[in-house]
Amino acid sequence: MLEMLQYDFMRNAFAAAAVVAIVAGTVGYFLVLRGQTFAGHALAHVGFTGATGAVLLGIAPIWGMVLATVAAGIGMGFMGERLAQRDVAIGLVLALALGLGLLFLHFFTAFATQATTLLFGNVLAVDMRTVWVLLALGSVSLATLAVISRPLLFASLHPELAEAKGVSLRLYSVLFLAIVALATAECAQIVGVLLVFALMVGPAAAAQRLTSAMAAGVLLSAVLALLEAWSGIALAYYTDWPSSFWITALSAAVYLIATLPRPMGRFASAAPR
Amino acid sequence: MNAVELRDVSLTLGGRTILAGIGLDIAMGEFVGVLGPNGSGKTTLMRAILGLVPPSRGSIHVLGQPATRGNPAIGYMPQARHFASDLRLSGRDFVASVSNGHRLGLPVRGRIARAEMEQALRLVGAQELARRPLAELSGGERQRLLLAQALIGKPQLLLLDEPLISLDPHRQQEVVDLVKTLKADLGIAVLFSAHDVNSLLGAIDKVLYLGSGQAALGTIDEVITGPVLSRLYGSHIDVVRVGGRIFVMSGSCCAETEEHRHEPAPADRQPRHSGHA
Ligand SMILES: Nc1ncnc2c1ncn2[C@@H]1O[C@H](COP(=O)(O)OP(=O)(O)OP(=O)(O)O)[C@@H](O)[C@H]1O
Ligand SMILES: [Mg+2]
Repeated sequence: MLEMLQYDFMRNAFAAAAVVAIVAGTVGYFLVLRGQTFAGHALAHVGFTGATGAVLLGIAPIWGMVLATVAAGIGMGFMGERLAQRDVAIGLVLALALGLGLLFLHFFTAFATQATTLLFGNVLAVDMRTVWVLLALGSVSLATLAVISRPLLFASLHPELAEAKGVSLRLYSVLFLAIVALATAECAQIVGVLLVFALMVGPAAAAQRLTSAMAAGVLLSAVLALLEAWSGIALAYYTDWPSSFWITALSAAVYLIATLPRPMGRFASAAPR
Repeated sequence: MNAVELRDVSLTLGGRTILAGIGLDIAMGEFVGVLGPNGSGKTTLMRAILGLVPPSRGSIHVLGQPATRGNPAIGYMPQARHFASDLRLSGRDFVASVSNGHRLGLPVRGRIARAEMEQALRLVGAQELARRPLAELSGGERQRLLLAQALIGKPQLLLLDEPLISLDPHRQQEVVDLVKTLKADLGIAVLFSAHDVNSLLGAIDKVLYLGSGQAALGTIDEVITGPVLSRLYGSHIDVVRVGGRIFVMSGSCCAETEEHRHEPAPADRQPRHSGHA
């Protein structure tokens, strides 16, 4: 079992996945709570444009991705909740972003491998440097989230009241989408831009099904994301199938199990905590 | 010191004048029912008191201070309650997110904040309800959590915008009685908007009736009269009292009940004794 840990690339993969899963599970919980999952999905696609643009300019793709997603996240936050949740607008931006990314790749020679890695991720190719970058970015997003979490929750759950109490809905919308953007760029390193949903939304949605207590929910979401990511990598090692496939499969399976009707679960969630 | 003072206040939204030249005083400890047809400006008036709609003319004072956004002394239950009905969060977390919600930091709650939340839940009888996820509560049950939320932070003035919507008659009476008790115990002023004055009889000290951009404030006997309401509705209104209930008639139909047709669940207005504990 531990034999796979003797390889550097496996150790890096587990370390990177741990950082990213914890960030994704935590940020994802708030994303699901605010009903902005589609916005998160769109940000990942914008990240693809950024990454391919960076490749074209000879910069590391992760920085292009971070720059593009954060800029897009802040832009979406400023446009306000109404626009940020409008399916058509987001869908169009999403398609345009992928199209642009394709165009950028067209000018680049190592087309196919680069595209596949960006779209579907390749956690086994993560090097030590990237792990440190992920750790730094992850700490920034989690620290920011911790600082704003109370007003963010207030603004998410009681918008009219929060507004009346002087909380700027727009400010928190912008800050939160910037955090989501960072988390998205991180996730894309593990599962690729197309499958960010699996780590950001799957565990969080399952956790909200399993417990209605918030603190427990955030924790459970992060733990589920971590377990799914690590198991995915281990399964990839033994089967030689892509890790992203395993992570998405586990994410879907866990969500499915969480939504099964549970006569006992209903009772448990109503019990005092 | 008055809880609310309006001096010659006009409120304008998107170029439309909603209220024009209103002056009124609401004293501390007064329970005021805010009535008026749909679109008469009940919600707008509350938002102005909260400092969210600056008056285009005149001045608004709340507890002796000019109305400003973020006044911690006001408890507010908005009419637009747009939380997702599929929220899997417990009612307790939902209510708790209000305490100190404007402060930065983690939403951890100290002993005082927890005690205050439990007290608010107990006051509205929602301690058991609050354990369940919001997605599994009925509209009326969620309503009670929203009332609890308005009580957090020791408000001196409560603005309750249509707290009776989607409650059965029994619960309506409970909420009115509850607010009356709160007002008496805590000595706070309450503005309570509703569509039927009968649900507030015996509880409110005064009525604030809005209509045609104007307002009338006074006791029920002073305000709910043919001449005053005819002025506010801009058409001939008769007020009929039968068996301790008040009917506001325009022509041959009932002006107040007519508004109820605009509401989402008119069936809730009918006596309905089944299905509710
Ligand atoms: N943003 C806005 N721009 C322009 N007009 C507005 C705006 N918001 C509300 N209004 C108008 O202001 C008027 C007063 O609205 P308000 O919500 O205060 O009425 P209300 O008395 O609370 O009605 P209801 O009984 O339906 O709750 C309405 O005619 C409404 O159409
Ligand atoms: Mg209203």
